Amino acid sequence: MKKVKISSNNILLLITIALFVVMYGLGCVVYASKGFTHLQTFLNVLINNAGLICVAAGTTCVMLTGGIDISVGSVVAMDCMILAVGMEQKGISSVVLMLLVLAIGLLFGLVQGYLIAYLKIQPFIATMAGMFFARGMTAVISTEQVSIVSDKLFVGLSNAKVNIPFGIGAYTNKKGILQIPYVRPTVIVAILVVVLIYLMLKYTKFGRSIYAVGGNQTSATLMGLNVAKTTMLTYVLASFLCSIGGICYCLNTMSGTTTQASGFEMDAISSAVIGGTLLTGGVGNIVGTLFGVLINGTISTLVKSHGKLNSSWPNIITAILLCFFIVLQAIFAKIKEAKKA
Amino acid sequence: MSKLKGLTKKQLFLPIFSMILVMLVNVVYDIACGNPPLSFFQIATQVTTSGDTILFGRLIDVLNRGSEVVILAIGMTLVVSASAGTDISVGSVMSLSGGLCCMLLAGYGVTNVDHYKVPLVVGILAGILLAIVCGIFNGFLVAYLNIQPMVATLILWSAGRAIGLLLCNSAIVYVRVPSFQFLGSYCGPIPTPILVAAVCVAITALILKFTAVGTFVQAVGINKKAARISGFNSSKIILICYAVCGLCAGIAGIVATSRIYSADTNNIGLNMELDAILAVALGGNSLGGGKFNLAGSIIGAYTIQAITTTLYALKVSSAQAPVYKAIVVILIVVIQAEPVKAYFKKLSAKKAAAKEAN
Amino acid sequence: MDSNIALTMRGICMTFPGVKALDNVDFTLKKGEIRALMGENGAGKSTLIKCLTGVNKFEAGEIHVDGIEGPIVNKDTMDAQKKGISTVYQEVNLCPNLSVAENLYIGREPLTKIGTVNRRKMNQMAAQLMNDLDLDVDVTKNLEEYSLALQQMIAIARAVDMESKVLILDEPTSSLDDNEVEKLFGMMRKLRDQGVGIVFVTHFLEQVYAVCDGITVLRNGTLVGEYTIEELPRVKLVAAMMGKDFDDLASIKPEGIKDFSNVPLEIEAKGLSHEGTIKPFDLDIHKGEVVGLTGLLGSGRSELARAIYGADRAQTGTLKVDGKEVKIKTPLDAMNLGMGLLPDDRKAEGIIGDMSVRENIVLAMQAKLGMFKKIPMAKQIEIADKFIEMLQIKTASRETLIKQLSGGNQQKVILARWLATDPDFLILDEPTRGIDIGTKTEIQKLVIKLAEEGKSVIFISSEIEEMLRTCNRMAVLRDGMKVGEIGMDEMNQEGVMHAIAGGDHHE
Repeated sequence: MKKVKISSNNILLLITIALFVVMYGLGCVVYASKGFTHLQTFLNVLINNAGLICVAAGTTCVMLTGGIDISVGSVVAMDCMILAVGMEQKGISSVVLMLLVLAIGLLFGLVQGYLIAYLKIQPFIATMAGMFFARGMTAVISTEQVSIVSDKLFVGLSNAKVNIPFGIGAYTNKKGILQIPYVRPTVIVAILVVVLIYLMLKYTKFGRSIYAVGGNQTSATLMGLNVAKTTMLTYVLASFLCSIGGICYCLNTMSGTTTQASGFEMDAISSAVIGGTLLTGGVGNIVGTLFGVLINGTISTLVKSHGKLNSSWPNIITAILLCFFIVLQAIFAKIKEAKKA
Repeated sequence: MSKLKGLTKKQLFLPIFSMILVMLVNVVYDIACGNPPLSFFQIATQVTTSGDTILFGRLIDVLNRGSEVVILAIGMTLVVSASAGTDISVGSVMSLSGGLCCMLLAGYGVTNVDHYKVPLVVGILAGILLAIVCGIFNGFLVAYLNIQPMVATLILWSAGRAIGLLLCNSAIVYVRVPSFQFLGSYCGPIPTPILVAAVCVAITALILKFTAVGTFVQAVGINKKAARISGFNSSKIILICYAVCGLCAGIAGIVATSRIYSADTNNIGLNMELDAILAVALGGNSLGGGKFNLAGSIIGAYTIQAITTTLYALKVSSAQAPVYKAIVVILIVVIQAEPVKAYFKKLSAKKAAAKEAN
Repeated sequence: MDSNIALTMRGICMTFPGVKALDNVDFTLKKGEIRALMGENGAGKSTLIKCLTGVNKFEAGEIHVDGIEGPIVNKDTMDAQKKGISTVYQEVNLCPNLSVAENLYIGREPLTKIGTVNRRKMNQMAAQLMNDLDLDVDVTKNLEEYSLALQQMIAIARAVDMESKVLILDEPTSSLDDNEVEKLFGMMRKLRDQGVGIVFVTHFLEQVYAVCDGITVLRNGTLVGEYTIEELPRVKLVAAMMGKDFDDLASIKPEGIKDFSNVPLEIEAKGLSHEGTIKPFDLDIHKGEVVGLTGLLGSGRSELARAIYGADRAQTGTLKVDGKEVKIKTPLDAMNLGMGLLPDDRKAEGIIGDMSVRENIVLAMQAKLGMFKKIPMAKQIEIADKFIEMLQIKTASRETLIKQLSGGNQQKVILARWLATDPDFLILDEPTRGIDIGTKTEIQKLVIKLAEEGKSVIFISSEIEEMLRTCNRMAVLRDGMKVGEIGMDEMNQEGVMHAIAGGDHHE
């Protein structure tokens, strides 16, 4: 008989998953009439949050090293603006623009990573500067709201439906038309990102180094790991994922404005925290983050389904959950310490 | 040369230097535009439509608009010093306290009133009290549950504004009563926010001068263990710092609300936490905690406002201004970074060695 | 080099600013030998090890390691490891959040064909290694799920697997219980039999005699001698570590035995304890009496004092101060009862580095007064100047930052901090550590003077000499327990050393 491993970290992840199941189940029971039980409702949560999933994946990696990246929201806004203005006002092809956005993401991460890893500037401050810069640049590019309508490939990508095969979750609606559940291409990108990051974190030297750096920097150095390089590459990875997320986000909103995606960084961080990633570094899991995003998405959907609730409730509920998880983490940390003494 | 070196080592060097730099940029700009070279410092009087005489000018504008950040910087300085962390919830708490104040004055669900539902004082005190409660909540998490300050304050960062919106029923609540506008408009010829900030600074300065609060906060910030052995209750002191930070956010929130005589919960105090943190760093205070210099933070806060005002004068839009702010932040932290300092030390040591060899 | 020798160090010298930390120290380690490196605080043990592993740069001397031509100088610990010298510290330097296997192989993981980590192979290799060392460990579990002892052994396994010829164990047993220690010893013996040379740094005498083949003793940065275990029974070892160098100081204590039986008690502790650091103890201290706490480092001598002062809150027992029963929850409570504690770790718990000498001196006084009753500046200056003069603190000015002062002067400032509160009962934990001989005498004289004024003192020191000169009575501690008291009549070098060493006499 193999014993099931349950450590305090697994417990946090289990609580998160259980919470999601309960919450979604509750929605199914209460709002069954509003189509909550249909697979499409769940898929819509994924579609709406595909960008956030990519961004949160990057944020999770950064948090695993014990750092933080608060620039991501602004970078997403900047990406959207570059895409929108590039396509609509400059007539550049969307493929070139997407590559450009990814390249900018790499560069952004490189600068932030260098400041943090080699010049030892606090991650919060360095990425705060990045946040200011990207948000300001968004406005420098354009202060208007630019909608994307002309680029065929981009519009096509945005509207493309990928049907769920084998008729899973298909149903006939009241008008007798068969509804096949679908996702957007962005969801596939997001799922790909999650899978790849999961494998990267678990099976590559780099991935394990991230955990080691977050677990104990001194130890990691003594064990011969290049802590500065690992840290910098993590920030590069995070910004790159953020740019992928930016493209996905843009495919959802199909516009660029100076104020969009504000507070996105906190959504990403709170998703990771709710998913069991410790802000002190070294502990966490991309699967948890995925569930964190889904919980956030489900809360919004539930509030929307109710219809009469104030639109600030999702934020408040998320904050309460965040508080719950942070306090839980603190309690676990105290128990661990007490055990050691 | 050595005198100059001594000067650059003084803590107030950085903030004063940046302030002078910003003023110089203004002077150069004015000369280039053909304005009188010192027009930045000019204070003129103007008669408003209602017949009052008020002061105006770019300097007055900096002092006026910088008031909220100055007030926030007071609390932030204490928090940074005692807990080596930042309170990122202050912007949200500002919005929350303004929201509660207006909601009480106008009544729930009402968006436009010209008379008070409850006395003005009650509204203002309730707003500030709520802000203090927020501060205590943050402080409890940090001091007693040992949660990293940034994480602990993240909760109210996201919930504060949302609760504010809830109180105001997601609308902008206008309180069109002249006495409500007083805090955000003019007291005689002088903008009231300047006076509010001045009073806050003066009270803090007096407390720091005539009580041992400064010693308590810094001792805990520099060496928590040693402070404990010497009889300080570090947790309590950290909690108090966060409560004061909440108080400051509350006052700033009321001033900001009064300025626009309405609770615009979505926008009041937006990104203000970043300015407050920046003010502390610009004031030459280490974000790693310990020794603090309140004067530095305050000069830092006004410098940030001066940068913003200057950028506007240079026709940079408010949305684009953050680009330049980012560059300033990076410059400041890079010249303060340990590896960079070590590099320059090595360089000057080399120079000295070369000189000796000659 | 003798083919039987794993490591030699010859004539190692190293100075810290103002202090000669190592003076011409030799060290030899044979293959397949476990050698204890002994010495009290400041003897130079850790400095010597740091010179060996490249953390400190030594100024003179040579290091030779088996298998490498010529003398070596290590740039850092990684470099040392490459040359076959591994160190395992008291705090386990591994990552608690990674699996055991990963901790063993991180940085040198076996890879698959596509360049990813071959977890299966890594786990197999790890399991094999654990099996070879008779450790019952599931290598896929996270390190933090195992006891400190096992973590310690896993750290050793990692070091050994990297083909170390010299293994340095720096106080590895400090946080282990007897059972765990025995397991660790089993592993050490096994490695010894495989030909690894082991340097064992510890302050537990029993452990030295249980596992070591040889002992090297350092004192005040110099080599006392290199011995085989048979040559050096316990009492001789204690004598070698503590030294018998009666310095030329005349006796500073008034002659004759003072009888305290009629003097009222200042402190009456009954059954005080703090879990994990000090077992329940009783201790009475009369007014005007200096009681020494003696025992080796880690014997619980500091912890006993801290339990009284409330620095580590006592969980059991009762405490009477001046005849009244009191509850002390925090240091401030103790201070309000007229106590003061000068902690042994000056840097971590004593000085407030970024504050001036004046601020440091008035600190405790201010804490007692509270936040709102500030001591007027003029008064602060007066107090600071008074103590700077009285204790002859060498500082550029009273506004100089304390961190810029020398160790001895920092210590005097902390002492001044407590004297300023006019305490009835002072705990001085290693007040003379790392400071020059002149200052030492001054501090000793001060202690006598305080006692004459009717103040009670607990005096803790590693130097028996110093204790004999200042104390009226001594309490002996061993392994976290108070094991006895020595009265004035039995107080001499021999008696104290026997008491500290224990074992030989009674077992």
